[in-house]
Amino acid sequence: MSLLRVENLSKSFGGVDAIADLSFAIQVGAIHAVIGPNGAGKTTLFNMITGLYQPTRGAIFLEEHNIVGQAPYTLAKRGLSRTFQNLQICMNMTAVENVMVGRHLHLNRSFIAAMLRLPIIVRGDRQCREKAAELMEFVGVGKYVKTDANAMPYGALKRLEIARALAAEPKVLLLDEPAAGLNAKETAEIDQLIQKIATTGVTVVLVEHDMKLVMNISDYLLVLDFGKKLAEGTPDEISNNPDVIAAYLGGG
Amino acid sequence: MLEKLTTPRTGGLLVLAVIIVLLPLFLPNNYYYDVAIKIGINAIVVVGLNLLVGYAGQISLGHGGFFGLGAYTSGVLTVYYGWSSILALLAGVVLVGVISFVIARPILRLSGHYLAMATLGLGIIISIIITNEDWLTGGPDGMYVEPFTLFGWELYGEQTWYWVIGVLLVISVWLALNIIDSPAGRALRAVHGSEVAAQVVGVDTTGYKVLLFVVSAVFASLMGSLFAHYSGFISPVQAGFFHSIELVTMVVLGGMASTFGAVIGAVILTLLPQLLSGFEDFEMVIFGLILMLTLIFMPKGLVPTLSALFKDRRGRKP
Repeated sequence: MSLLRVENLSKSFGGVDAIADLSFAIQVGAIHAVIGPNGAGKTTLFNMITGLYQPTRGAIFLEEHNIVGQAPYTLAKRGLSRTFQNLQICMNMTAVENVMVGRHLHLNRSFIAAMLRLPIIVRGDRQCREKAAELMEFVGVGKYVKTDANAMPYGALKRLEIARALAAEPKVLLLDEPAAGLNAKETAEIDQLIQKIATTGVTVVLVEHDMKLVMNISDYLLVLDFGKKLAEGTPDEISNNPDVIAAYLGGG
Repeated sequence: MLEKLTTPRTGGLLVLAVIIVLLPLFLPNNYYYDVAIKIGINAIVVVGLNLLVGYAGQISLGHGGFFGLGAYTSGVLTVYYGWSSILALLAGVVLVGVISFVIARPILRLSGHYLAMATLGLGIIISIIITNEDWLTGGPDGMYVEPFTLFGWELYGEQTWYWVIGVLLVISVWLALNIIDSPAGRALRAVHGSEVAAQVVGVDTTGYKVLLFVVSAVFASLMGSLFAHYSGFISPVQAGFFHSIELVTMVVLGGMASTFGAVIGAVILTLLPQLLSGFEDFEMVIFGLILMLTLIFMPKGLVPTLSALFKDRRGRKP
């Protein structure tokens, strides 16, 4: 049984096929990467998987349930969580509160209890804050716990977003260009973090256009070009695939 | 303990309660009580509206309509149908709750200018209905409403109303602070910060926007009902466009996403017309000017701007 499976998926924007007839499957565990040049349809694919876009055709299965048409927040309940290529941090909140939002599904969400500030809310919030602080420590931004999000540097916000996604305790974590805009040292650190996350049992799927970067850490790769699957396989297979070399490495 | 008293939450509530208790010492006559009560009524509506506008970032230019709907439901049901005040008030809450709930889903799919226009239209429709259905509402001439009675006890006189509204204000501020400092409150603020980010971690953003729209509308309806009984006379002005604008101006001036700011906004903008009583014709112009100047020079509003300044000062000292 595959954890995440995509069948004949297509998405067109006004006649342009961003994704065309794409099929692939992702197994439990390990680090998967979707790579391809800019405009290959990687983010569109992520947006469809997480319910932000509706596919034009095709199906997406999460643990063998077709999830097409479900709202993003329902998919979060089913175990999907993601980060964004262009940061989506709530700048009107502190860093730790951003991560606490990620715990939303695991908290008592009764509005009446919240209004009256019943002990269950106070206790839940305290645990939630501790858990969020732990996660910030885990991703390496522990020193910013009390900082306002809008006062944090870009690299730290990238990690904060990962902490928020992890706070939801996902089965599948989708990272959309986690290293975009980072320098070489920061990128190496993000690589380590992704590997660390994978060892906790979360299945990681990442989108990246820098191929060298993902080769090191990915167990399995899917190469997209103009919305179509160019190749898939282990890093070794991919780096020896003539199509990939022609279209991507050589031609780039 | 002492530490707890100085938190914005407990400390702020305490300061508010102390001010309400001590204020009567400085109110020489019923005119001043009347102003204080009107401030309180506005403050409660604005504290509710601030949850929607300030925290969740969803504009509404129609809350005057909900205030008017509450006022007229209470007025019509008690005067023409002989309902008890409390039942009429609850009927207003249910009516406004249902209307705002039904309307919220389609309306809150919109955002920015479109949402502003839709809520504006909603408020205008309510005020037109109240103006035109004169067989029921007295039309533009308004209608008289009897005092509020509860179990045979008649709520009458400025000094009694002062304490009722004072207690209700403390309760509403407490409720608002509780909501903000809870999973639901964080979800709301996240809707403002990044709606898509909130969605992908499991927040039903539409659901929360609808909920807060209803809650803030109910705050307005409740106060509309009480205002009708307190003032004894209501007119379509209470449901009108200018009242909606007034409420939003209070939120913006006092400080978006600051519950105490909302109270301060209500204080200033309720006092202002009293101070400017000679310039009645210019009231709307002055409100507009205040709204513009606030947005240009301190878009975060009075309280957040001042508290940031204060923090800055304190931070710089060695």
